Amino acid sequence: MPGNRTDAIDVRDAVKRYGDFTALKRISLTIKDNEFFTLLGPSGCGKTTLLRMIAGFEDVTEGEILLYGDGIAKLPPHQRPVNTVFQNYALFPHMTILDNVAFGLEMRGKSKSAARKRAGEMLELVQLSQFAARKPSQLSGGQQQRVALARALAPQPKVLLLDEPLSALDLKLRKAMQLELKHLQRETGITFIFVTHDQEEALTMSDRIAVMSAGEMQQLGTPTEIYEQPRNMFVADFIGETNLLEVSVDQVMNGRATCHLGGGHALTCNSVEGIGAGAKVHMSVRPERLFMSDVPVEAESLKGRVAENIFVGTDISTLVDLAEGPQFIVRTSNSDRGNKRIFEPGSEIFVNMELGAGRLLMD
Amino acid sequence: MAAGAASGGSARADTYKDARGWLLLPSWAVLGIFVLGPVGMMLIYSFLTKEFRGGVIWEPSLAAYDQFFFDRGLFGDEPPTIEWTYITIFWRSIWQAGAATLLSLLIGFPTAYFIATRPENVRPVWVFLITIPYWVNLLIRTVSMKFLLRDQGPLNDFLISTGLIDSPIHIVNTNFAVQLGLFYSYLPFMVLPVYAAVERYNFSLSEAAADLYASKWTTLRRIVLPAVKPGVVAGCILVFVPSMGSFLAPDLLGGAKNFMIGSLIEEQFKGNAGNWPFGAAASMILLTMVLIILMFSARQQAKADKAGG
Repeated sequence: MPGNRTDAIDVRDAVKRYGDFTALKRISLTIKDNEFFTLLGPSGCGKTTLLRMIAGFEDVTEGEILLYGDGIAKLPPHQRPVNTVFQNYALFPHMTILDNVAFGLEMRGKSKSAARKRAGEMLELVQLSQFAARKPSQLSGGQQQRVALARALAPQPKVLLLDEPLSALDLKLRKAMQLELKHLQRETGITFIFVTHDQEEALTMSDRIAVMSAGEMQQLGTPTEIYEQPRNMFVADFIGETNLLEVSVDQVMNGRATCHLGGGHALTCNSVEGIGAGAKVHMSVRPERLFMSDVPVEAESLKGRVAENIFVGTDISTLVDLAEGPQFIVRTSNSDRGNKRIFEPGSEIFVNMELGAGRLLMD
Repeated sequence: MAAGAASGGSARADTYKDARGWLLLPSWAVLGIFVLGPVGMMLIYSFLTKEFRGGVIWEPSLAAYDQFFFDRGLFGDEPPTIEWTYITIFWRSIWQAGAATLLSLLIGFPTAYFIATRPENVRPVWVFLITIPYWVNLLIRTVSMKFLLRDQGPLNDFLISTGLIDSPIHIVNTNFAVQLGLFYSYLPFMVLPVYAAVERYNFSLSEAAADLYASKWTTLRRIVLPAVKPGVVAGCILVFVPSMGSFLAPDLLGGAKNFMIGSLIEEQFKGNAGNWPFGAAASMILLTMVLIILMFSARQQAKADKAGG
């Protein structure tokens, strides 16, 4: 079955097994042309395996991978028009920076002089022209990172694969590189597939994110969808911080669910497809969508006692022991201090949810 | 590297400054007794006069070197012409040792690469298997090789039985037999350093090369070989140098026509027929050649390192 020529990558029922161990359990996903797509998940979730299967370093046990409509699962890596930025950069230590960047172009049949000329332009793009004659060992981690990027982009791949390329950089450099990568992607118009375990990185950079865990895809969506409407426990817990409550569902209507806690306290929240009345599930609510008050704002307000205030720069995290339920985190932004109150530890308070903040989750 | 370590620990090094000279004494003693002493003795002997029943007369003479390079007729009274006999033997030694080195590289490199790419826990087993034959004495191994290769030996029997050949191939007493013998004698000296280098090689570089459209062969040539070159150079030197001075393989497998410098030297010190100064001179010439080759390769390596920054 021919694929859609306008989709960059089409993974169809891809399975990867190592002996008895299944690293990837039948994954299907489509990555659009010119998209910044991120595979996000904890280590061992299969995200790197999937990336390496697209690159050709791992063979596909079952299934097919299409690149702009053509099956590539059986092609050796050097025949696939995709390039990779490796986690440890994998720059050739015995070659100069310029020769590193020119290597792929030469291999594609460009003359040595033409390859070097184009490599020079690529180095200009990543602002490393003055280092062209140096060896990789003479460059800092951040510079090596940019060389690896220039080397992978130089042959103008149809898809660029990035395997946790920023994980070895310090926080400040990482933030700067995140922006630079995003700009490069827009400038070059090349489809990027980015692998990371850093959810913040994924949210910042991606057009769409596939959240993976234990060899399965948990959710596929835009950063906002993933953050605001997590499908299940894993996604809600892995992306950002969240508060979880065990609830019993009484009724579901028009996407809204009424439910109650173990002690009978009633709550209303957004439901999710697949959950009906009678289900015992978890409800999630993000800490920044909670606020505290000394008197109950509504019937659903949860009673609790402030355990601790933690100052984290831009905002304050308050740990609240709920009278009926676990410990909650309430985050109050410094800029919100005018209309949201902070209470001293030990204060008896009520925790209130903003409208539509709570969501039911599949297990 | 040594300089870095010394400067890093300079405070402590100062404390032991006085003791350092004494601590180095054992190394100097070993070097003196086992290296400089014998070589110095050889150097002196090569400039002495020969005693006819072996041994030397303590009278300075250039006769040994003269005999090596010049022919002055049967009675030593004709005008000197170049003596080709020994130069030919010398040249043959270089050629044979070179061929043996190439052979061990061609077989040893894939072997080392194979071992280095096995799972980590089975690599020592493979290394052990490679070294097992070398627990047997070199003489016995070389003689066995002669039995294997001779006209009525198992190799020829096998080839005839498969119908590949009708009559036995004469391998023993050829240059090739000597090369095979040398190759087999020193193969581990190639495999082990190359293995050590390949094991340290970062295989993600090969992936990067494949990712950038390089075929397997190109990756080997442009990425793997430059990275493991120090191991390959060490292996080549470790095979080439002893091969050149070897006498067992040429004597047993090569026959009289394939005489090498090692055998020539051996003859000079055996029984009463020998000529000690001549043997010493030939050894010195061999040593000089080897040193030149080592210095050349060291210079090449330094040049490559410098370029590598």
